[in-house]
Amino acid sequence: MAVLKEVELTLNLAPEMEVEACEKACAVAEFMAMSPDRVDEVRMAVIEACINAIEHSSAEDGHLHIHIAVVGDGKPEALQVTVRDQGVGFDPEKLVQPKIEEKLKAQRKRGWGLKIIEGLMDQVRIETGADGTAVIMCKKLVEPRSASG
Amino acid sequence: MTESLKLTVDKRDGVAVVYTDGYINNQGGEEIAKVAYDLLDEGYRALLLNLAGTKIVNSIGISILIEIIEKMIEVEGKLAFCNLTPTIDKTFHIMGLAQYTSIFEDETEAVTHLTG
Repeated sequence: MAVLKEVELTLNLAPEMEVEACEKACAVAEFMAMSPDRVDEVRMAVIEACINAIEHSSAEDGHLHIHIAVVGDGKPEALQVTVRDQGVGFDPEKLVQPKIEEKLKAQRKRGWGLKIIEGLMDQVRIETGADGTAVIMCKKLVEPRSASG
Repeated sequence: MTESLKLTVDKRDGVAVVYTDGYINNQGGEEIAKVAYDLLDEGYRALLLNLAGTKIVNSIGISILIEIIEKMIEVEGKLAFCNLTPTIDKTFHIMGLAQYTSIFEDETEAVTHLTG
């Protein structure tokens, strides 16, 4: 699919910058006439991706890089949001899937970000290494199972 | 910058309703926890969080809500949520919170459950 419209955004790695990022992503989602509920899901996913970067990346450049793109074959079909940092990366093999029954008893109740992102977006890809992490999230304009109906 | 979360408490016979207005992030979650624990200290064992005024939450804020759920289980109290946006409702289900707390569409239904 081709990129029909794109927006680049660079934010400081600081608390509440996630709200700035999600507002921009939601503005683009609304521009492509995504339904309000799906826009809300994009909002939440972008917030979580940004919070992960703000809290864990330790990026030396102190910035969060956001790329928002409307993609499709001639007409808007999906919104793609990439949240990238130039931080220390992480080992995906060491990620533990959070479970509520364990979290209720655990001292540390956090660690839900990726699970929430994967639950709210249609496609999620993570690229991570020594030069940083990119969370690439895609939300189709229309809910996949209702697209043909 | 976003405005901080505002909380209003309505103490009724047997149930306290906490209304949230704004973003439930780490700070907002801590404020809700403080109010909830104060209500437990006052003897309330049935709490309702009405999120009608909250359009955004994050996982840090929800993690603090999990602490409140844990506390309510410990004291054998009841905690319920109502007026969630579809996305917050979906997020609570993704995380599995719905297994350990009750979620209602509106306040009347929730209060009936908590006081019943």
